[in-house]
Amino acid sequence: MILTVASGKGGTGKTTVTVNLAAIAADKGIQVFDCDVEEPNSHIFLKPENITSREIGTMVPVVDKDRCSLCGECEKICQFSAIALIAGRIMTFPDMCHSCQGCVMVCPEDAIISGSRVLGTLKTGTTPGGVDLTWGELRIGEAMSPPLIKQVKKRIDPLKLSIVDAPPGTSCPAIETLRDSDLALLVSEPTPFGLNDLALTVEVLKKLNVPMGIVINRADTEDTQTGLLDEYAHREGIDIMQRFPFSREAAMICSRGEMLVDKMPEMKALFQELYGKIALKLDTIKNREDRP
Amino acid sequence: MKELTIISGKGGTGKTSVTASLATLAPSRVVIDADVDAANLFLTLPHEVLETIPFEGGHKARIDQSLCIQCGECVDRCCFDAVTKSPGQKSPGQDAQDFVEEYLIDPVSCEGCKVCVHFCPADAITFERQICGEKYISKTDNGPMIHARLGIAEENSGLLVSQLREQARKMAKDHDIPLIITDGPPGIGCPVIASVSNADAVLIVTEPTHSGIHDMVRVKKLADQMNAAVYLCVNKADLNPDMTLNIKKFCSENAIQFAGEIPFDRDVIESMKMGQSLVQFSRGPAALAVEKVWQNVSEYMKKTMNRLL
Repeated sequence: MILTVASGKGGTGKTTVTVNLAAIAADKGIQVFDCDVEEPNSHIFLKPENITSREIGTMVPVVDKDRCSLCGECEKICQFSAIALIAGRIMTFPDMCHSCQGCVMVCPEDAIISGSRVLGTLKTGTTPGGVDLTWGELRIGEAMSPPLIKQVKKRIDPLKLSIVDAPPGTSCPAIETLRDSDLALLVSEPTPFGLNDLALTVEVLKKLNVPMGIVINRADTEDTQTGLLDEYAHREGIDIMQRFPFSREAAMICSRGEMLVDKMPEMKALFQELYGKIALKLDTIKNREDRP
Repeated sequence: MKELTIISGKGGTGKTSVTASLATLAPSRVVIDADVDAANLFLTLPHEVLETIPFEGGHKARIDQSLCIQCGECVDRCCFDAVTKSPGQKSPGQDAQDFVEEYLIDPVSCEGCKVCVHFCPADAITFERQICGEKYISKTDNGPMIHARLGIAEENSGLLVSQLREQARKMAKDHDIPLIITDGPPGIGCPVIASVSNADAVLIVTEPTHSGIHDMVRVKKLADQMNAAVYLCVNKADLNPDMTLNIKKFCSENAIQFAGEIPFDRDVIESMKMGQSLVQFSRGPAALAVEKVWQNVSEYMKKTMNRLL
């Protein structure tokens, strides 16, 4: 089963929720995946050991000039301006390439062979508590994160519970991460920005057919914004699965890269309660899927 | 004309709040919200939408079932696993065993590469440009605001950002506006690269946390690759004063112009709730600190060379 922690807005506490849930469920044989490959942070908190690192590349065209007849078919099919006939020779622009292989397939002279562009690194490690963490690190200057996210997700073992830390936003990287999740946990904050972006993410998840639950971070019962979030969740029929109160101490602990469940017993209790609710919800979803 | 882009790496550090205040303090500017898939600037900057323009994004392939001969060529050719076989629709009067298989292209997976269109022997695949959202030109007190809304689960955010910046440059030229301020998205990927490319300078808004610093270092490297001058301010600086000191040290060692520190202040959220920028709403410690950041940034901008003639 795949639980994805997402938000829309950045900085609402996705990584905090991911890593602390992971610590609570450490003895359940879970895996953690950080799909925020542009700015991965889970490893800062989980402190994995025995780290392995592997470079991930994507196909880009390389032209064999001796075979090329300058027919220009490759330029015609390429939708991304990654290959072009310029001043009597074929030029490639590897950064623009989407690795569709169109030019390779269309070349009548078999003059295009597969080269590679580095997307980033795929890293794995195991936390002192025994949790396997896999994360991606996008090469700085690389524009396309979804293919690297795909590589991170390839290591998901469907028989285990996987907790996935999603990137912010509602576009390609978030969608690549969220698709085929069994449950999305939306971490929201009670601010106008938080509510606006939560609603956008909910629309994306409806389109992707992913069930969801909401966690309110930095909740403040005195505040009208928390009330607005409650109203919104009620209107949409989405469960509010936990509320984490605003706490300067918690912010301080997170700023040092430390775990709330280790330092604040009251937070640990809230995470335990949240994990219990998630496990129940995932069971219900699984039973529904297993039914013929 | 000079271009300043606000970035952070990590999300939620305060890019939009800082941008809204700078856009209020700058006497004449065009401001862009380039965080197109989670746009928030319009919530905190009073404005009036003057023009709505459809955003034409990339192409998507679609199979015309009446022409499809079920050969499966498209499945074999697609590198994005976007084509799937489904049992198809039952026509009236048909028995269950007569279900016709259908090849379908998942629009979310389709990369718009046209390979299937090219190789389909029955010419059964159409390739149409998609409307992927809306662009807006709005009026605010100190100049135009260019923003957008990317459609639900749509792609091409980088292309949309490039189009917004093109629009902003045109308006700046036409109305003789000396500054373009761009509120960038989090991360370092496609829309961030589109927000930073050809900017004269970036202002990194970071926070004194391990994650904030980790992400700031990565986004600083990106700005260096793109030859933008780098300024930095620390938001919620009093949350962890030791880390704020470390950040200042990093700045002086890495040729980053330090633009100031902003303390944690409830007024930031209060101003957001009022739909105003912080400096418009408050005279509190955070508002005063942002004013100082603006003074520094405009000083630095004056000294930064013009990039494009």
